[in-house]
Amino acid sequence: MTDRFNLYRFASPATFYPLAGKMIPWFAAAAVIFGLAGLWLGMLVAPTDFQQGEGYRIIFIHVPASWMSMFIYLVMAFWAAIGLAFNTRLSGMMTQALAPTGALMAFLSLWTGAFWGKPMWGAWWVWDARLTSELILLFLYIGFLALTAAIDDARRADKAGALLLLVGVVNVPIIYFSVKWWNTLHQGSSVNFTKSSMAETMLWGMLLMALCFWMYAIAVALARARVIMLERERHTDWARAELSGKEA
Amino acid sequence: MIYWNSFADFVHMGGYGLYVWGSFGVTALVLVVEPILVARRRKNTIALLKRQLRAETRTAERSPNA
Repeated sequence: MTDRFNLYRFASPATFYPLAGKMIPWFAAAAVIFGLAGLWLGMLVAPTDFQQGEGYRIIFIHVPASWMSMFIYLVMAFWAAIGLAFNTRLSGMMTQALAPTGALMAFLSLWTGAFWGKPMWGAWWVWDARLTSELILLFLYIGFLALTAAIDDARRADKAGALLLLVGVVNVPIIYFSVKWWNTLHQGSSVNFTKSSMAETMLWGMLLMALCFWMYAIAVALARARVIMLERERHTDWARAELSGKEA
Repeated sequence: MIYWNSFADFVHMGGYGLYVWGSFGVTALVLVVEPILVARRRKNTIALLKRQLRAETRTAERSPNA
């Protein structure tokens, strides 16, 4: 036995469960702080947009929600690949924990997009490449949840779900590059690594809101992962100890 | 520092009030309701698993050879 730091230890639910419990309050607090700072900058300080007036302020939630909807899917696909390759228990729990939050982010992306599209384009919805591929992402999340819920055995459900996630991952670059590959009504990206088309306060407001959504997603997914761990590991020693240690 | 002249201006959002607040309202609702649902699921799950654990322990005590 060595005393070396062992990363694999954290893949064990018995280690992950208490660690996640300690981390959740910090992520939740970070989400609140970033959210308040982002809303203050974006909603109170940032100037109006010369083209879109005050309607552009939807960007402060639309872009973070859209980013998270794609990012969460990539994280789920990563866990799916790990689960299929190494047959780890944790991966199935993580995909299950992330999926509802990802679905909600995709929904929020579409909802805020509709409320932005209506005043700017005159339509709540158009069958544009960006919008359609984001809708497919929402269906992928719902499909994953429905498929895994329909299979009683958790490990088999994980495997089927993982396959669906890996096949569906092709949709994420399609969403991301849709505004470049096709002539779309949706505007191109406002931010990239070298230059930004936004005023500084707008950009910072948006980045702070993105951090807020990120911290929120981590906190809520960890909390859900802990519940799933208890459910699935209820016959193990650590789960029994956890359950008998708590008041009724 | 603050961009708005009055609270009414802020609410009006230059005529985009419905769209801006329609977006922010639903987003806020989702971000508040989801953690509540997760917390409730945790509470229900723990209660259920505890009942099961107690029932198993009782059965084991009654028939120690089982």
